[in-house]
Amino acid sequence: MRRRRLGLVKAGVFLICLLPLSILAWDAVAGNLGVNPIEAVTRRLGDWAIRFLIIALAVTPVRRLTGWGEVARYRRMLGLFAFFYAILHVFSYVGLDHFFAWGDIWADIVKRRYITVGLLAVLLLLPLAVTSTAGMVRRLGGRRWRLLHRLVYPAGMLAVLHFYMLVKADWREPLLYGAIVGALLGYRVVNALYTRPRPVRA
Amino acid sequence: MSLRWLPSLRGSEVTDRRLYLDRRRFLATTAAGVLLSAVASTRSSRAAPLSGVVPGPFSTDEEQTPFSDVTTYNNFYELGPDKDDPAKNAGRFRVRPWSVAIEGECAKPGVIAYEDLIRPHRLEERVYRLRCVEGWSMVIPWVGMPLAKVLERFEPNSRAKFVEFTTIYAPDQLPGQRLPLLNWPYREALRMDEAMHPLTIFAVGLYGEELLPQNGAPIRLVVPWKYGFKSIKSIVSIRFREDQPVTTWSQAAPSEYGFYANVNPNVDHPRWSQAKERRIGEFFRRETLMFNGYADQVAGLYAGMDLARHY
Repeated sequence: MRRRRLGLVKAGVFLICLLPLSILAWDAVAGNLGVNPIEAVTRRLGDWAIRFLIIALAVTPVRRLTGWGEVARYRRMLGLFAFFYAILHVFSYVGLDHFFAWGDIWADIVKRRYITVGLLAVLLLLPLAVTSTAGMVRRLGGRRWRLLHRLVYPAGMLAVLHFYMLVKADWREPLLYGAIVGALLGYRVVNALYTRPRPVRA
Repeated sequence: MSLRWLPSLRGSEVTDRRLYLDRRRFLATTAAGVLLSAVASTRSSRAAPLSGVVPGPFSTDEEQTPFSDVTTYNNFYELGPDKDDPAKNAGRFRVRPWSVAIEGECAKPGVIAYEDLIRPHRLEERVYRLRCVEGWSMVIPWVGMPLAKVLERFEPNSRAKFVEFTTIYAPDQLPGQRLPLLNWPYREALRMDEAMHPLTIFAVGLYGEELLPQNGAPIRLVVPWKYGFKSIKSIVSIRFREDQPVTTWSQAAPSEYGFYANVNPNVDHPRWSQAKERRIGEFFRRETLMFNGYADQVAGLYAGMDLARHY
């Protein structure tokens, strides 16, 4: 009974995570993407990649601070959705914005630092997505798996930096994301410092 | 699926703007079932038509960007930083009464009412390409008059080497000015020979109607061979100067936005390429042209200048 309820909740969370994509698809069909729809698609997918990355990064601090253990069950799904939206963001840039003009894209990656940084963030997420299955955790061993998955920290920082670097003048949103990522990573640093294995008391 | 996703259409295939707007209106009202009220509301959002407009020189016959796109996709940070903000926030911006201060190195400085500023001039339609520094472009049928004809009336003296323009500062009407996005008020400037060039105009309308607030009502600059940010909107002062003025964007990010800001596919913005642009309404990017396609008219202004240094 409990397992079934959890399954339902998980399916519900899954559907909620698909909502931004559904709304985007609806807006595309209905012509609600404004005057520059390609820019709108790319930007919206990028926004959601960063937001899901932040949500995934928030799982552990939320669990520790509130004692709400159940939230950890959704960590993998949320992380994979961050990767999902990041990949769609890249596809939109490659396929819609540049229509597979690989020469232009390569020049962008090499010359435009915000593109370089953004691509690096996605590349860091790739091994995490690949090793997200239970089998992979077993094969790598929990310790190594956890070490590898710390790559999500630089990925989060690079994603925000990528956003910050492409903005012309309105830095409010990237700064907000930067503050949240800073707080979430800062929590981990503080936590690590205070829960360092203490000398055994006599 | 929106038509924008398809490659560009030929001009002959494009639905006439009036028909297009009517169709939209029709679709909207069928749902509501009340035709009349919608007609009234649509009318109230449109600007007043301008009379006595004659075709001017230098117009392109390229397909014009639809009125609805020109009036809803704007960079006018005074009305908000997002592209759709200016149209949304335009309601509180009062563009009448309006006056412009004439200052600096000229024989006839003073404050002149908007109506007196434009009255002596014959309004011309100029269909120009507009290239934004961000990499998108439009084709807009402006209505206005050559800037040279306006400036001559104030008799700039021999010390007038530059002309500086300032946008209105009114944070109560312009919500973007309550944010520290730029060093308000917005300032732009041209070298005197650029200002007097026959391509340079003051625009007071587009598509045969008065400018809407989001497009820089009631009077704005249009310099078609330069990136869009040079074409300053909602101008309240014109100052003739001997020294080169500091312009807003070049002050905000000197390595990214220069004083000249000529459209140049060979000189990249530090953060992105300027080689191509997306014409609004088209799927594929197109090549950006030197001086936005106006090289024949303006290249001479910059003879001998290193355009990579004077970007």
